[in-house]
Formats: sequence, structure tokens, C-alpha cells
Amino acid sequence: MDYFAQQLINGLVLGSIYGLIAIGYTMVYGIVGMINFAHGDIFMIGGFIALISFLILVSFGLTAVPLVLLIVLLVSMAITALYGWTVERIAYRPLRHSFRLAPMLSAIGMSFVLSNFSQVAQGARVKPVPPIITGGYTLYDAKGGFAVQLSNVQIVVVIATVVLLLIFTWLVARTRLGRDMRACEQDQTMAALLGVDVDRTISMTFVIGAALAAVAGMMYLLYYGLVDFYMGFVAGIKAFTAAVLGGIGSLPGAMLGGLAIGLIETLWSAYFSVEYKDVAAFSILIVVLIFMPTGLLGRPEVEKV
Amino acid sequence: MSDVTAFQKERAATRASGIFFILKKALLSAFVALVLFSLMVGIRTEAGPTGQLIYWTRFGELASLVAAVFVGSIVIELLRQWLGRAGASNIIPPSVQSGLSVAGKLIAPALLIFTFLVPVIFYDQRYILDLAILVLTYVMLGWGLNVVVGLAGLLDLGYVAFYAVGAYSYALLATNFGLSFWVCLPLAGILASLWGVMLGFPVLRLRGDYLAIVTLAFGEIIRLVIVNWQSLTGGPNGVSGIPRPTLFGIPLTPDDDGFAARLGIEFSPTHRVVFLFYVILAMALLTNWVTIRLRRLPIGRAWEALREDEVACRALGINITTTKLTAFATGALFGGLAGAFFATRQGFISPESFTFNESALVLAIVVLGGMGSQLGVALAALAMIGGFELFRGLEQYRMLVFGLAMVLLMIWRPRGIIGHRAPTVFLKRSEAISSDLVKEGHG
Repeated sequence: MDYFAQQLINGLVLGSIYGLIAIGYTMVYGIVGMINFAHGDIFMIGGFIALISFLILVSFGLTAVPLVLLIVLLVSMAITALYGWTVERIAYRPLRHSFRLAPMLSAIGMSFVLSNFSQVAQGARVKPVPPIITGGYTLYDAKGGFAVQLSNVQIVVVIATVVLLLIFTWLVARTRLGRDMRACEQDQTMAALLGVDVDRTISMTFVIGAALAAVAGMMYLLYYGLVDFYMGFVAGIKAFTAAVLGGIGSLPGAMLGGLAIGLIETLWSAYFSVEYKDVAAFSILIVVLIFMPTGLLGRPEVEKV
Repeated sequence: MSDVTAFQKERAATRASGIFFILKKALLSAFVALVLFSLMVGIRTEAGPTGQLIYWTRFGELASLVAAVFVGSIVIELLRQWLGRAGASNIIPPSVQSGLSVAGKLIAPALLIFTFLVPVIFYDQRYILDLAILVLTYVMLGWGLNVVVGLAGLLDLGYVAFYAVGAYSYALLATNFGLSFWVCLPLAGILASLWGVMLGFPVLRLRGDYLAIVTLAFGEIIRLVIVNWQSLTGGPNGVSGIPRPTLFGIPLTPDDDGFAARLGIEFSPTHRVVFLFYVILAMALLTNWVTIRLRRLPIGRAWEALREDEVACRALGINITTTKLTAFATGALFGGLAGAFFATRQGFISPESFTFNESALVLAIVVLGGMGSQLGVALAALAMIGGFELFRGLEQYRMLVFGLAMVLLMIWRPRGIIGHRAPTVFLKRSEAISSDLVKEGHG
């Protein structure tokens, strides 16, 4: 039971990270109707930028951990958001009215560009960092049994996710930009006729998605203490699985799906086998798409002739 | 929607001229590049000798990259203004069309004759022969995937799974049971096409992007199982000591009963390379021949109809299930055969050869070749593998350039180099139309 509680905590933390990435997938799919294949690599870039900015701040002698974390968060969000904007501008916008497979293939190309760019720029070896946030609490300590731990990193990850989700939900529900985004999701032509700048709205969607992916990248760095150039691929597919599981196009669904995938992966590793945890995640993707293509909270897609 | 965007584009076009506009745009691009590359290129991190991360600055590289973006932006903008708006004409003029078709009729036989003569011309150059075998392997893979993507319009991102199934089938059957290549080859093909049906069955209802992502997940599952099932596949260490093929029982070795000894000529290792070359050439041509014949059969017509419009297909009473499954099975069959050949040529296989990159490469070949054009795929394979060879010394930039090329290709010619599609069924005469006019991709 204690072991299960511990795995539950670990799974929820991992799920928060997946959920943050999944939001980027689900938003883009909702508005543009394409799978942003490069999104996993945007997450990886976010992790790298967090690592580098952290390294610089530390070498300048800044040691107040909350301040450092805040600066690193803002820097990586800003720069990664620009990556998201650039990717959309270069690889997707010219193809918006092209045939349906074109943006998908372009996105695959962009994914190769991003991951190999960071391999060339930063080397192929894994970059480890010492634990930045240390300490934690023991929630429950059975005498001689299994102690359930909740580390400070885990608390930070969950709090950051919740805060960002609240901000983001407010953004979509209450602001002008959010209204434009919802309008574009429903009908781009009509939105354009009513004075919504469709291009700008789509760009902003990519920017917000990339910023959230950057947060996920930074949380990954804090939680696991390492980044490498290849981590975007698998994390990206899992986050996409989360988006599909939650119902693509639905924001709460993405978070819910992320938590579910995080839990399934952690529990699978804990009780069955660590080697096959990715196989489990990918199998879930296939099973969900076959038996529940609309996901948990999604709307059914009606095909018009 | 297109009217609104066309209006916006026109408005933008009237503004888009003049030296100041170009300079402003270039400065903006340079600034964006500066921010993008500031940390990723300007700072280099590496794990130091004590495991602690160290970093050093590379401002020189950063500056030159930003300058390159600035100049590149000016050049692109000038080119754009000079060449005018792209994509103005959609229909290929008839003169170009007939010229193309004449050239197409000449190129294919010329290329075929040249390919037959490659081992004669380059007999002494082992490197070129090896490269030619590699190109032919990818031509075969491209033609195989072309059945799924180009003809049936089903975007398959996990094609490498069938390649892997074929390769491992042969490797394991040969090393464990001592079966010969020629016995294993059909077995590998059948096993791969069974896997094709197994993949095809659950994904029957999926279309477009979803199908793509499921096939990708399938490919990854196969690879992960191969990596982790160590007792059967040897895990990451792979399978080694895979037997070489024999010429109908005669081994190509310097032994007494070898090929050279029986003919009474001096042994040379090139004999085996030439033999492998003709084996893969025959297999590739078989793929091509089967595909062309299938296109003339009802099933081939059904594939092409499925690619154009699935709903219409259903309305016309075409059985979607069998149509999709046969497409997957046929594509997988050729993938499996190519995989078996790959295993026997290399003598050693490991999961590293069957990553997603491989699927993307084959897909890029099919797309570059114009999705559906047999000649296009062959030329694209030559261009891609040849292009990869040019980057042999710059291994780390290879995939970077490959990705960039894929993006640029989609922007410039999303329909591939040979981007027109002649209908296979026509009334009175065949009129090729630009494939930009064809709606598709919902598969």
C-alpha cells in the first residue's frame, strides 16, 4: 500500500509534465487541425535553454534558489516561445492551404532539424545537473517498512503546473486572445470576416504551446537532473498519447490524459517491467484510438461529404 | 477562406517592395536568429572531467550564424520579388507535358540499361558497387512503401517495422535452423505481410494524421520489443554471423566447391558483391513489376480510388477492409523481402538499423518521388542516398540537412519532383493534371 502511494505520487508528477506538453498538441490540433510533430523537440529545446541559463546564473554567483528558478523559468519560456513562433512561421504557415499530408511531413522534417540542431550545437552526450531543489518530507514511515517520500522538487513541479494551468485557463476563457482562439477553432473563415487576425492567433497558439513545453522541459530538468538531444521524441509521442486519451482539442482533457499516462507508465514500471514501459504507453495510444477515438472529453468528429 | 487569405496576401504584396522593407525584414530575421541561437549556439555546455557541467562561449559562431541569416533573408526576399509570386499556374502546359512524357519514356529504359551495366562498368570500384546496392535497397523499399502511401494514400510512418521483421526473420531462421537464404526469403516476406495485416486490421477506421501516429507507435513497439527481448533477438547486441546467400546452393567462397573453383576462374570477393547487386536488382524489379500489374487489376484501381476519396469509395461499394488490408500486406511484403536482403548483405543486424529515421527516410523518398510515380521514387532514392553519401564526412550534419530538405521540399514542391499524376483509367485520351489539383490525403 505504501509502495502504491509512493508510485501514485511519482506518477502524478510525471503526469503533470506530460500534461503540460500535451496542451501544446491539443491546442494546435484544435485550431490548425495538424499534429505538431516538432512539439516534443520544442520541449527538449526548453530543457536545454533552462539548463544553459541555470549554468550561467550559477557561475555569476547567484545562489538564491527561488530567484534563480524564476529567472530560468522566464528566460526558457521566452526563448522557447520564440522557437515555437519560428517553427510555425517557417514550416507550417506556407503550407496552411496545402494538401493534408504536407504539414505533417514538414513537421517531421522540423522535428529532425530541432533535435539534430541541438545535437550539433550542444553535443550528443547527456547533460547532468546536480539537484537544484533538495530536501523533502516523509509522509508516512512504517517502522521497518516502506517510507512514502514527497520531495520538494515534486511539490514545485505540481504547484508550477497548477498555477500555469490556472493562468492558461483564464487566458483562454477570459481574454480577447482566448476568444480569438476559440473563434478560429470553430470557423477560420468566419473569424477572419469578423476581424480576427487568423495568422496572428495561430502564431500565438504556437507561442503559448511552446512556452508551456518550456516549463515542462525545465520541470523535467529539475526532476530528473538531465537533458539530452533525443528526449523530445519519446516524450513527444507520450504527450500526444495523453492528448488523444483526453480527447484531442480539449484542454482539461489534455491534463487529464497527461496524468493518466504518467500514472500508467509509473505503475507499469513499478509492478511489471521497466523495459516495456514505452511499449505500454504506445499500446495505450493504439488501443485508445481504436476503441475510443474521441478520447475521454473530446467531441466526436463528424465527417462531411 | 481562400478568398479572404488571397485578399490579405495581395495587400501584403503591394506593401512588400522597396529596399527599406527588405532591410527591415532581414534585420528582424537576424534579431530573431540572435535570440534563438544566443544560448543554444553562443554557449556550449559539456560534462567536465569531474562530472560537473562546464561551459564556454562561442560568440564567433553565433555572430557568423546571425550574419548568415541576415544575408540569407535578403537573398530570399530578392529572389521572391524577382521570381514573382509562386504557385501562379497550376496546370502544366501541354508542351511541357508531352516533353516530360517523352523524356519519361526514354529515361526509364536508359536508366534500367545503365543499372544492368553498373557491375560491368564499375567492376573494380567496390565503393560504387556497395553504394549501388544500398541505393537499390532503398529503391525497393520506396517502391514497397509507394503501394501503401502513393497508391492507397495511407500515410505509414512505421514502415521500418516490416523491414525489421523481414531482417530478423531471416537472421533468426538462418542462424537457429540453418535454413538457406532462398528458403527464408519468401518466409520473411510472408511473415512481414502477416504483420502488415496485423497492423492494418486495428487501424482500418483511422485516417490521416491518426493513422500516421499509430503506425509510428507500431514501428516503435516492434523496435522496443526487439531491443528488450534479449533471449530471442540478442537485444541491442543484435544477431551476427548471418549466412551469406548462395547461388542456388553454390557458395561464393574461395573453397573447392565454391563458385570460382567450379568455373575454374580465380576467386575474387567482388563476385559476391556483383551477385548481391543482381539479387537486389531482381528483387526491386519484381517489386516494380508486381506494382505495375496490380495497378491494372481491380484491387489497384480500388487503392487509387481509396486514395482520392474514401467516402465515395464506400458509396460505390468497394470493400474498404480488403482494400486497405491488401495495401498494407503488399507494402509489408516488399519491406520484409528487402529486410531479408539487408540481413544477408550485412551479415549482422541490430535494432539500431530500424529506427524511426529509417521510416522517415523511405517516406521522404516516396514523397520526393511524387507519391505514386515509380520512376520518381527510383530517382528520389538515388538523389537521397547519393546526397547522404556527400555528407559522409559530416556525419553529424546529415540528419539536420535531411530535415531542412524535407521542410523546404514541402514548401517548394509538396507533390514531389515529378508532381503530376496521370489517370490510369481514361476516356479517349489521358490528360495528366498537376497533382496540386487533386484532393487527397484523408486515407
